Amino acid sequence: MNAIDVSHLRKRFGAVTAVDDVSFTVPQGIVFGLLGPNGAGKSTMIKILTTLAQPTSGSAQVAGFDVRRNALEVRRRIGYVPQQQSADPDLSGYENLLVFARLYGIGGAQQRQRILEALELMDLGDARHRLVRHYSGGMIRRLEIAQSMLNDPEVLFMDEPTLGLDPLARHMVWDRVAKLRRTYETTIFLTTHYMDEAETLCDIVAFLHQGCLKAYGKPAELTAQYRPGADLDDLFIALTGRPAAKSVAS
Amino acid sequence: MTAAPLAAGVQRRYRPAPLNPLTILTQIGAIAIAEIQKLRHDPLELLTRVIQPVLWLMMFGQVFGRVRGIPTGGIPYVDYLVPGILAQSALFIAIFYGISAIWERDLGVLYKYMMSPAPREALVLGKAVSAGIRGLSQAIMVYIIALLLGIHLRAGFLNLLGVAGVIMLGAAIFCTFSLIIACIVKTRERFMGIGQVLTMPLFFASNAIYPISLMPNWLRAIAIVNPLTYQVDALRALMLPGYHMVFSVAVNVGVQLASLVVLVFVAARLYPRILD
Ligand SMILES: Nc1ncnc2c1ncn2[C@@H]1O[C@H](COP(=O)(O)OP(=O)(O)O)[C@@H](O)[C@H]1O
Ligand SMILES: [Mg+2]
Repeated sequence: MNAIDVSHLRKRFGAVTAVDDVSFTVPQGIVFGLLGPNGAGKSTMIKILTTLAQPTSGSAQVAGFDVRRNALEVRRRIGYVPQQQSADPDLSGYENLLVFARLYGIGGAQQRQRILEALELMDLGDARHRLVRHYSGGMIRRLEIAQSMLNDPEVLFMDEPTLGLDPLARHMVWDRVAKLRRTYETTIFLTTHYMDEAETLCDIVAFLHQGCLKAYGKPAELTAQYRPGADLDDLFIALTGRPAAKSVAS
Repeated sequence: MTAAPLAAGVQRRYRPAPLNPLTILTQIGAIAIAEIQKLRHDPLELLTRVIQPVLWLMMFGQVFGRVRGIPTGGIPYVDYLVPGILAQSALFIAIFYGISAIWERDLGVLYKYMMSPAPREALVLGKAVSAGIRGLSQAIMVYIIALLLGIHLRAGFLNLLGVAGVIMLGAAIFCTFSLIIACIVKTRERFMGIGQVLTMPLFFASNAIYPISLMPNWLRAIAIVNPLTYQVDALRALMLPGYHMVFSVAVNVGVQLASLVVLVFVAARLYPRILD
């Protein structure tokens, strides 16, 4: 069974078609990367899969449930790290996580233990009582990842998880993503326009360009098919007609 | 339909909580407690809110206390004013929640609340409860001011409990109303504009500072559909010795409960629209 099944998905905003008849699957337990330049439709795709936006047509299943008909069941089984920062600056790191533990119905003895475990895994144990307004960008991202794993999600969505982070913070996030996947076999769905990130993290990638799916497969196979010795950057240029964003970490 | 099975050897450590009344109470608490924690980090906010009721009671109350023509039923005007000003200060706190929801949307916090399994009603009620708790802190302040001004208020345990209940209900109503406005106007600037336009009529087209018997018919018609009127009538009965309620207890409580139910229903449906 697949963690995600997308079939003929389409999303229009007035005259703009942000996602255009896209179909693909994500097998369980892998890190999947949705790649594409800014405006390709990546965030729109994630919003549909996390039930925040309704598709115009087509269907999608996440963790075995239809995102339209069974939105609540999907929400109970996923985690989401949005593209824009989303932690509450007026609460401490611990309090931020506490809100979500309660929203997910995690109470009793489990509550504190799960929060501390998530904070520890993201290296935020010592900073947990500080107000988030005093956190660095990298710390906030890690806090958001900690928050998104509280409910032990079957599928974790991360929208441009390392956008705007310095190289050290990026590598730290990469390391945690790999660890999450190893430890809990969480299926991870991330979007990025950094090709080195995709090459480092992803088992399978898909290219989105102007809302259309242009390629899908294992990075090594895709690049080899395109041209021996090519990398994802070359493929990105070939598919979208422009160079990928220069990554700060490369 | 069952959840996707895991690869051999991996156990999900956590099963999604079923959506029962206890879970929903926990979810309402999640939002309400977060607001209270913010107050703990910034207690000055509460102190700044005491200024307005003090000004009203000391200035407006003292001057209008000399006017003999206001039919308060034999109650000194300043005394008559106290419950109205208490209701007003809870209203002003609650009406602020819409703009804080827009703020939370801009911070990105609201996106994640919305994709949690919490029903929208629980998210709205969480805000309403926290508005109620902020309102309670106002009630304590207003009682202290009244005491300092030598105003005699009923202080029986049941009276105080009743005041607490009415204040929480009133704050919840106007907080939810404010959330609805925020979902419609969506930006801070527009909310500021409309907030002014709505708050003043809510206050003046009510019995907060004069009885509705003084009003011209058109104003009375507005006051009659304004939940604040019923809140203030109930507060006067609970706080002032010798006050005769204009409406019955059943009407005062019934109108407010019904308003809250309708507003929560509407707000829960509109809430996701604030994200667009
Ligand atoms: N709420 C919206 N209203 C109108 N257009 C939108 C909205 N959200 C996204 N779009 C448009 O859809 C396209 C895809 O956007 P997005 O999914 O954010 O791309 P990406 O995340 O790949 O950068 C863009 O042209 C964007 O302008
Ligand atoms: Mg995006």
